[in-house]
Amino acid sequence: MAYNCVVLVKQVPDTKRITGQAMNEDGTVNRAALPAIFNPEDLNALELALNIKDQFGGTVTVMTMGLPAAAEVLRQGLYRGADRAILITDRRCAASDTLATSYILSCGVKKLNPDIVLCGRQAIDGDTAQVGPQCAEKLGIPQITYVEELIKLDGKTIVVKRNLGNGWQEVKGRLPVLLTVLDTANEPRVCCAKRLMKCKTAACGPEVETQIRAANPGASDEQVKAMAKQQGELLKQKGLLIEQWDLDMLNADLQWCGRDGSPTKVHRIQSVVLTAKESKSVEPTQAGVDAMIHELIVDHTLG
Amino acid sequence: MIDVNKQGEVWVFAEQHHGKLEDTPLELISKARELADTLKVKLGAVLLGDRVGELAVKLGHFGVDKVYLAEHPLLAHYQTSSYSKVIDDLIHKYNPQIVLYGATPTGRDLAPRIASSVKAGLTADCTDLQIGTHEIKKTNEVYDNLLFQIRPAFGGNIIATIINYDRWPQMATVREGVMPMPAADGNRKAEIVTEKVHLTQTDLALEILSEHVQQKKVNLKASRVIVAGGAGVGSKDNFKLVWDLAHCLGGAPGATRAAVDLGFIDRDHQIGQTGTTVRPSLYVAIGISGAIQHQAGMVESQKIIAINNDPSAPIFNVAHYKIVGDLNQVVPMMIKALKEKTIK
Repeated sequence: MAYNCVVLVKQVPDTKRITGQAMNEDGTVNRAALPAIFNPEDLNALELALNIKDQFGGTVTVMTMGLPAAAEVLRQGLYRGADRAILITDRRCAASDTLATSYILSCGVKKLNPDIVLCGRQAIDGDTAQVGPQCAEKLGIPQITYVEELIKLDGKTIVVKRNLGNGWQEVKGRLPVLLTVLDTANEPRVCCAKRLMKCKTAACGPEVETQIRAANPGASDEQVKAMAKQQGELLKQKGLLIEQWDLDMLNADLQWCGRDGSPTKVHRIQSVVLTAKESKSVEPTQAGVDAMIHELIVDHTLG
Repeated sequence: MIDVNKQGEVWVFAEQHHGKLEDTPLELISKARELADTLKVKLGAVLLGDRVGELAVKLGHFGVDKVYLAEHPLLAHYQTSSYSKVIDDLIHKYNPQIVLYGATPTGRDLAPRIASSVKAGLTADCTDLQIGTHEIKKTNEVYDNLLFQIRPAFGGNIIATIINYDRWPQMATVREGVMPMPAADGNRKAEIVTEKVHLTQTDLALEILSEHVQQKKVNLKASRVIVAGGAGVGSKDNFKLVWDLAHCLGGAPGATRAAVDLGFIDRDHQIGQTGTTVRPSLYVAIGISGAIQHQAGMVESQKIIAINNDPSAPIFNVAHYKIVGDLNQVVPMMIKALKEKTIK
């Protein structure tokens, strides 16, 4: 029995490796200081999907919602062994909160009718862990969060181990199901060199257009479009065109997308500046340390 | 979609497992009480389970006005599908204006499922909640008495205040340990509203085959003193310094994510944005540079001592006592000073 898996992935700013100020002076996020990466736990989700494919057969599709630049994480998915890559990109997706995002993604997943939907537990930019469960609800399928291990898969049912922080649970559910995967679930594989060579030219429509425009500085818009179309066909034949879907192709109801579909709004963003109110320097000598301990005893912090 | 309703109550999901209430919803009650008082509405707790009536009485002691009690054998063990169905029904029946959940593994599994079915907003992992006013200058729209849902974002580098003004309820999960536990008072009583529950076996999407609860090796949240080590401690062997000083101070040993990742100490000891949030009387940071993710978990400590040989380490920005020096010398000095004080 083979299984069709869809892995929902996200391109995120690398919040752990911030260079310079995270915020611009006008209060917006300084994207330039934040290199874009494959959300780490989504790699664990992809690895689990690839394990399922290796063991039982079937397909793995990687899907993301984002700007055309997010095609990079889809390519990364192809390099690791995904069969198909889908980019949901549309201006009308802008300003989507987790609810709108999960609605849009669920419209995409519905078109593929998979057996198993996988995603990382959470993304490192927002750390909300909401899109997985919300997607499952929109799809009307059960969710199993915090998956650490796949124990059994037998056609109609799945058994997994969940890690709940203060212990674990083995649960059984029916397919189709949505899993959110923990970073402790596995060690994601690195890109396969052979696949990297094969898939490195994979691109989505806007990327093809940009490449052609750069290579043909004198060409008119029409010429560029025509050449891009031709190149796109060529890539498609080779299975290297990253499919691009917009909200019309998803038959998405616009009232649930973008700003209109997002109940949460930002009231204010502040940069974090943490400082102690009073601060003392203590000499790294026995006398200095003694005096400090004495002070802490006197003010009843100690004892 | 549920319309705005300014008379709606403030609700807290009273998470319980095996007949024991979790700490986080109790911590939430003190803050929720403030919010309800500001809005001049009642504070309700939503309690689901099987034969958990005793807990309803206990919730009254902690200061809620009402307990919505939903009991059913199929609610004995938490499951996303059954719990979200019951709470979704309650929300539609009573129209609360605010629903709060602890950001526990269960709360973070449940709340988004409900937010999606109710089509409401949800803000994850709040560290503070306030009531405030939002103005949209362009259109001169003013929305007052909104729930300000305050949380760190971008790995703790910014603090965002999130609101929702056109759809109800306003929902948030709140981080464990960021709000103080209220004191119980046996004289306080809540009105208990017993709800009829209609569930069948098909409402349980999963079958729990086995369960293993592992007590955490350390209770950081309950410790008055925490001595935490970072990557700068250097090795697992040298981490003994952290344990020794913690022992001398009667405190608990903590660690940064980096120290945990390096294998110096077990993950149960991790403090920070991923890990436990603590607010002890005294926090001693040893060999910790002070990444913003770590600071997020300890900055509320009443007194902070930082020991680091790098004078530019960010941890010094939040320290009350800064000791620029070699931890291998300074920590033994502290142990010596403490031992002498105890002898005297």
